[in-house]
Amino acid sequence: MLLIDCPWCGRRDQLEFSCHGQAHISRPQYPDRLSDEQWGDYVFFRDNPKGVHYERWVHTHGCRRWFNAVRNTVTDEFLATYKPGDPVPAVEQ
Amino acid sequence: MAEAFQPVKFSPLSGLASPAGGIALVDRAYIGKINVRGNADNAEFQAGIKRCLHLELPLVPNTTSSNAQHILFWSGPNEWLLHCPEDTQAEVESTLRQEVSGLHAAVTDVTDYYAVIRLSGAKAREVLAKGTPLDVHPKIFTRGECAQTCFAHASILLHCVDDSPIFDLQVRWSFAEYLWQYLLDAAREYAS
Repeated sequence: MLLIDCPWCGRRDQLEFSCHGQAHISRPQYPDRLSDEQWGDYVFFRDNPKGVHYERWVHTHGCRRWFNAVRNTVTDEFLATYKPGDPVPAVEQ
Repeated sequence: MAEAFQPVKFSPLSGLASPAGGIALVDRAYIGKINVRGNADNAEFQAGIKRCLHLELPLVPNTTSSNAQHILFWSGPNEWLLHCPEDTQAEVESTLRQEVSGLHAAVTDVTDYYAVIRLSGAKAREVLAKGTPLDVHPKIFTRGECAQTCFAHASILLHCVDDSPIFDLQVRWSFAEYLWQYLLDAAREYAS
């Protein structure tokens, strides 16, 4: 099992968390000005990198707060976790 | 004419079996529970809570503050839970509401949403370790600390009441009987 650092509660077991996909996706400011293809990209298409991935996680069984995590999808290693709104930490690619 | 509504006190844990020694389980039925939300950085909010409860808001994650009457649990960066004596929750709730009125805050009575089970006995930590991924070693999880975690699929709020050890497990009402039965089974091997 993985141990994940919740930005509030500290190090906890993976069981307490859920992952909700790619982080830092911003909703288009004017959705009505998008083409169908652009809207489709925003709604459905996500990065699927081999390596460093920025993700949204929630501490479901703990403080029930959302945070962001940087995870290596190959090694399953958590490189950083940070609160929403905090600057995106630079990690080695 | 219809008869006046008479509220009936009922615990989901009443009538369940108890462990055969070694470990003790107690249903802490009917203690009042109030959820408090607000901005931890707002001095006015903090002062309002203190005026009402004579307690400092615990601002450090997974800690509590308590006096003879009340226990305040940290349950989130802008959320706390209060345990108060049986049947005082309505009064405490309205006093708290007055104290924080006008602020971006919320006070909610959640007494009937949760049940609290008190687990004690020399092997209580071993019983806990069977169901939770949390580190409950006596050097790590000590008196006055609390943690929200899972226990055998149920979300719980775990409170270390005393290092003797005594633990309180707060769980959703509908999970209470299941959790009690799980603890009962987990305690069997420690029966004296």
